[in-house]
Amino acid sequence: MGLLALFRRTPSSASVAKERLRIIVAQERSARGSPDYLPLLRREILQVIHKYVNVDPEAVQINLGQDEGHEVLELSVALPEKTRA
Amino acid sequence: MTEIIVVTSGKGGVGKTTTSASVACGLARRGKRVAVIDFDIGLRNLDLIMGCERRVVYDFVNVIQGDCTLKQALIKDKRLENLHLLAASQTRDKDALTADGVKRVLDELIAEGFDYILCDSPAGIEKGAHLAMYYADRAVVVVNPEVSSVRDSDRILGLLASKTQRAEQGNGGVKEHLLLTRYNPKRVASGEMMSVEDVKDILGLDVIGVVPESPDVLAASNSGVPVIFNDESDASLAYDDAVGRLLGEDKPLRFLEEPKRGFFARMFGG
Ligand SMILES: Nc1ncnc2c1ncn2[C@@H]1O[C@H](COP(=O)(O)OP(=O)(O)OP(=O)(O)O)[C@@H](O)[C@H]1O
Ligand SMILES: [Mg+2]
Repeated sequence: MGLLALFRRTPSSASVAKERLRIIVAQERSARGSPDYLPLLRREILQVIHKYVNVDPEAVQINLGQDEGHEVLELSVALPEKTRA
Repeated sequence: MTEIIVVTSGKGGVGKTTTSASVACGLARRGKRVAVIDFDIGLRNLDLIMGCERRVVYDFVNVIQGDCTLKQALIKDKRLENLHLLAASQTRDKDALTADGVKRVLDELIAEGFDYILCDSPAGIEKGAHLAMYYADRAVVVVNPEVSSVRDSDRILGLLASKTQRAEQGNGGVKEHLLLTRYNPKRVASGEMMSVEDVKDILGLDVIGVVPESPDVLAASNSGVPVIFNDESDASLAYDDAVGRLLGEDKPLRFLEEPKRGFFARMFGG
């Protein structure tokens, strides 16, 4: 098993688990203590974006952070790759 | 000084009660005066794991509601005279447990001079879990190396940092420790299970113990003798190490690797 793992091209299921957890835990931590409207805001922003491009919910990240005493709402949308005509 | 320690997890069935029983016995075995409280109202179980289920006369809610005195409800352990258990009530009324009632019981235990009060939390993030952690000085967050358990423990860490007396008073908060259990070194080595380092990385917490997956735990529950008393078992040694670390001892983690089988064992399939 150990040696085989070395040659396996796909990442081990444990490292997939770790990567997924790292992302979701970071997201949930940043949501903690943030206003309750954040999930609703995220949903509505998604709806608006959907009118123009078809993005996956996963592609929309909303974070509330601090920057020099100001609260900053950070929105990042990963647009889908252009489909070739 | 009494220290209140909550054993919590968020996710159910990860090993809180197993851990509470063994840690309570481990502390008592080292001469500490220990009271362990089952907060799992409606689902009493710690008494079974500790082997004193037939001696429960009064429970936690009886004390809170004034049906009996705390002394009457505390069950003295048959093996360790400085260890006492307060059983959970079997009532279905979740509101039987009140913040004020819990505080009165804890204050009385503190006045009695207990060194440690262990609170075995129910699963979830509802009232029982909230009250189990609310007055804690320290928390042992029990986690399995598995995605839902890790995520849920992070939720619990969030609650420990905001919804506890220590957090509200802003005096340093609750000291948090991670206890990994049902750890399977073989599956970690083959990449099927997250490692101690992985879980530590994700949650960013210090690890107070790693307890291997072990058939001895079921045997211990069957007989009502907490696994820490089984000196032959790796799980016992791992729990005893964790108790040492809780008391400030510096011990390296062990049982993180599959024991190497000897030449003969491999040859003859021992
Ligand atoms: N190290 C271990 N090795 C093997 N089995 C274990 C280990 N630790 C716990 N278990 C088993 O896991 C099951 C759940 O354990 P336990 O009752 O302690 O969990 P819990 O977190 O208290 O559950 P609940 O959330 O329902 O209160 C039990 O069957 C127990 O025997
Ligand atoms: Mg339990």
